[in-house]
Amino acid sequence: MTLNILAVDDSRTMRDMICLALLPAGFTVHTADDGLHGIEVLDGILPDAIITDINMPRMDGFGFIDAVRSQEKHRATPILVLTTQAAPDLKQRAREAGATGWIVKPFDPDKLVKALHMVAG
Amino acid sequence: MSSQIDPMAEIRASFFIECEELLEALQDGLQQIEDGRNDSETINVVFRAVHSVKGGAGAFGLEALVRFAHRFETVLDEVRSGRMHIDAGALKLFFKATDHLNDLVRASRDAGPLPDEATATLAAQLDRLLGVTATAEPQAEEEIEFQPMGLTLDLDLGAAEAGDPPSFGARDDLPFLTGQACYTIQFTPFPELFETGNEPFLLLRTLSRLGKATVAADISKIPDLRSLSPEVPHISWTIRLETDADAAEIASVFEFVEGLCSLCIVQDGDMDLSQGANHPAGLPTQITSAVLNESDANEAAFRDVAPLERSTDDGLSTAPLPRANALAPALAEKNATAATPAKSVVRVDLDRIERLVNLVGELVINQAMLSQSLEQSGLSPHSAAMNGLEEFQRLTRDIQDSVMRIRAQPVKSLFQRMSRIVREASSTVEKDVRLHTEGDTTEVDKTVIERLADPLTHMIRNAVDHGLEKTEARIAAGKPPQGQIRLSAAHRSGRVIIEVADDGAGINRPKVLQIAVEKGLIPADAQPSDTEIDNLLFLPGFSTASVVSDLSGRGVGMDVVRAAIQALGGRITTSSVPGAGTTFSVSLPLTLAVLDGMVVEVADETLVLPLNLVVETITLSNGDVEMVRPGNNVLWVHGEFVPLFDLGAELGYRIPLHSFDGTVVLLIAHEDGSRAALIIDNILDQRQVVIKGLDESFYRAPGIAAATILGDGQIALILDPSDIISNAMHHPATHLSIQDLGASA
Repeated sequence: MTLNILAVDDSRTMRDMICLALLPAGFTVHTADDGLHGIEVLDGILPDAIITDINMPRMDGFGFIDAVRSQEKHRATPILVLTTQAAPDLKQRAREAGATGWIVKPFDPDKLVKALHMVAG
Repeated sequence: MSSQIDPMAEIRASFFIECEELLEALQDGLQQIEDGRNDSETINVVFRAVHSVKGGAGAFGLEALVRFAHRFETVLDEVRSGRMHIDAGALKLFFKATDHLNDLVRASRDAGPLPDEATATLAAQLDRLLGVTATAEPQAEEEIEFQPMGLTLDLDLGAAEAGDPPSFGARDDLPFLTGQACYTIQFTPFPELFETGNEPFLLLRTLSRLGKATVAADISKIPDLRSLSPEVPHISWTIRLETDADAAEIASVFEFVEGLCSLCIVQDGDMDLSQGANHPAGLPTQITSAVLNESDANEAAFRDVAPLERSTDDGLSTAPLPRANALAPALAEKNATAATPAKSVVRVDLDRIERLVNLVGELVINQAMLSQSLEQSGLSPHSAAMNGLEEFQRLTRDIQDSVMRIRAQPVKSLFQRMSRIVREASSTVEKDVRLHTEGDTTEVDKTVIERLADPLTHMIRNAVDHGLEKTEARIAAGKPPQGQIRLSAAHRSGRVIIEVADDGAGINRPKVLQIAVEKGLIPADAQPSDTEIDNLLFLPGFSTASVVSDLSGRGVGMDVVRAAIQALGGRITTSSVPGAGTTFSVSLPLTLAVLDGMVVEVADETLVLPLNLVVETITLSNGDVEMVRPGNNVLWVHGEFVPLFDLGAELGYRIPLHSFDGTVVLLIAHEDGSRAALIIDNILDQRQVVIKGLDESFYRAPGIAAATILGDGQIALILDPSDIISNAMHHPATHLSIQDLGASA
């Protein structure tokens, strides 16, 4: 099954890595450079899941999740947070903002695919 | 895109390009902080830059880079959260750390030797910063708190890799069973589980893939339809799972929902895991969620399932390289047919651009030839062919501009390198120096920027070492103790002007003169003007430093700088005010490939001069020229005397003219504002010419800069008028007299 993914990260390297991991697995990937851009991109698509970084310019991951969740149609869209710090308080904050799960950078491509399947079907 | 390109290598390459951008942003941010812009966004930018370098480096297993970036990031995080204040010392360290990060990035990129010692020193300094400023905790404690993280991680990973099961306390509580085990899992979602976008169905599905699952739903809590709220979970599940997987793997399915549900995993014939984890039995909800939250079993599970991720949990990626490498080929294979991700930047091999530039150069020549033959064919200027030609010329010009723009880069990266030079140089000679940059966005041909790095580095070192006085001397002179160096770039009339200015003591002219006489560079009775004294600095072998310092005394003098600048088609001049400072000014062509030239004829030779140096063309009458002495003439023009030279004679094409009546002269302006006049026979054309460098095997004649191919296919030499004039001026017989006359006029 083809899943539609929106990946939001300010690092081109990370966006490339995500694409590299997901495209061969048959995912369709849309990318955005930061939270605000993510909201713009989201406007035109209906992703099955969203992957977002936390530390980003203009709008960070928490703000982005907040903004996504405040949209009626995305209240239950699975959101995975990409983070280098798997510190419990960060996970807690992400979850409070409405994140579904998290992926720790650097991620294992198989694990990312698995996690996406786990939250998005 | 061909499938042979390893996508991982591609991303790696683009990561290093991104690193350059990030480091630039980092340096910018620190610069802004130094300038007093200490707002939270600036600090965030700085933090993010280091953070992103770390994140990317982790993906490629660049351990040393990750480690150092992590230490740096940790300190910056303290700043970001407001727990630490940046003082001057800290800022200095941040700049140093940035430089070092730069070194590490380069070393990682080129797989060069890692500066481990410097890393350790700086990391320790960063840690110390943390220890001293963070929440007044005793330093020792801070260090103890930090150190074990790295150590234990290494050990764990080593053990895990060697295949030894880690011997955690809880591990013994877990069943070591080969073959299938049977588990009973009780799972009751809380409302928060839905709010975070998790879905019980998907969890159950994932679970069922682990083995043979029998799922029973307890629907007794579902209220009647009128009071049903669809967003509150009402069902709890009991799953019987026959599986090869151990409890840890089962628990990992529920990783994202820990704390958002009540969960209890029990293996048949074994005790309840919650008891194993020392929790009192009897309070199902709390206990079961505690199983996932705190139990050692989960800890062990985590390690077992995801050692790669675990390694970065503390941010210290010790991700074993073999894993990352093993991943790459697999991915490469998989991705062979996949589309390349969308990019806003295209990386192009410089060779391809060079080729394009060369082709465009040929196009310009070809277009010139075509114009010439069409003009000679006697077509009406209003004919369709001539109109078309005009359009063709315009397009050629546009293409040329666009191609040049591909190669153009802002000088910013170069300037940032210079600010590092200033930091290092000033600490070597123990001077407090501040670098100001202006015009960072000025764009210059990439090749020019690259070849400018060395001469500029030397100029900057020179300014720090010789230009600026020692701190005590500055204070004694009533100046602020901190020396200032200004580095600026600007476009001026088709050229790029780069200036290095210091506010030091200025050139010590009596001393320069004395040294020049001692070294026999000029005769003892010479009375050179200030400008001429300053120019002595550029003579080969000249060095004013009586003691050769570590910094600028590396056998490289300003003569080498001048040669490097001249090789770029540029010129360097200096001006100095005693007590107030010295300015070195470099003037460069925008590009090395094309030149707006004036095509002239001298003694039946066709020559090209850079158009931008020609201020005016004048037809002479004998009355305009004064003879100073035989062979030395000056021209009276616009109220001043300018030295007059016969280009044909200077180039050795003919003996000097005796009558100037009716000859054409070009008034040439030097960078320093002084002028000279060159006699030519005829002006043929003004046009763009493609510069073709002269091969090294040619004799390097003074005054000849390069060559070009003209529209008729003929080769013409491109002259450097300034070089010709300064050669003529430095001819012993004419040297001082002209200058004296020029000065008195």
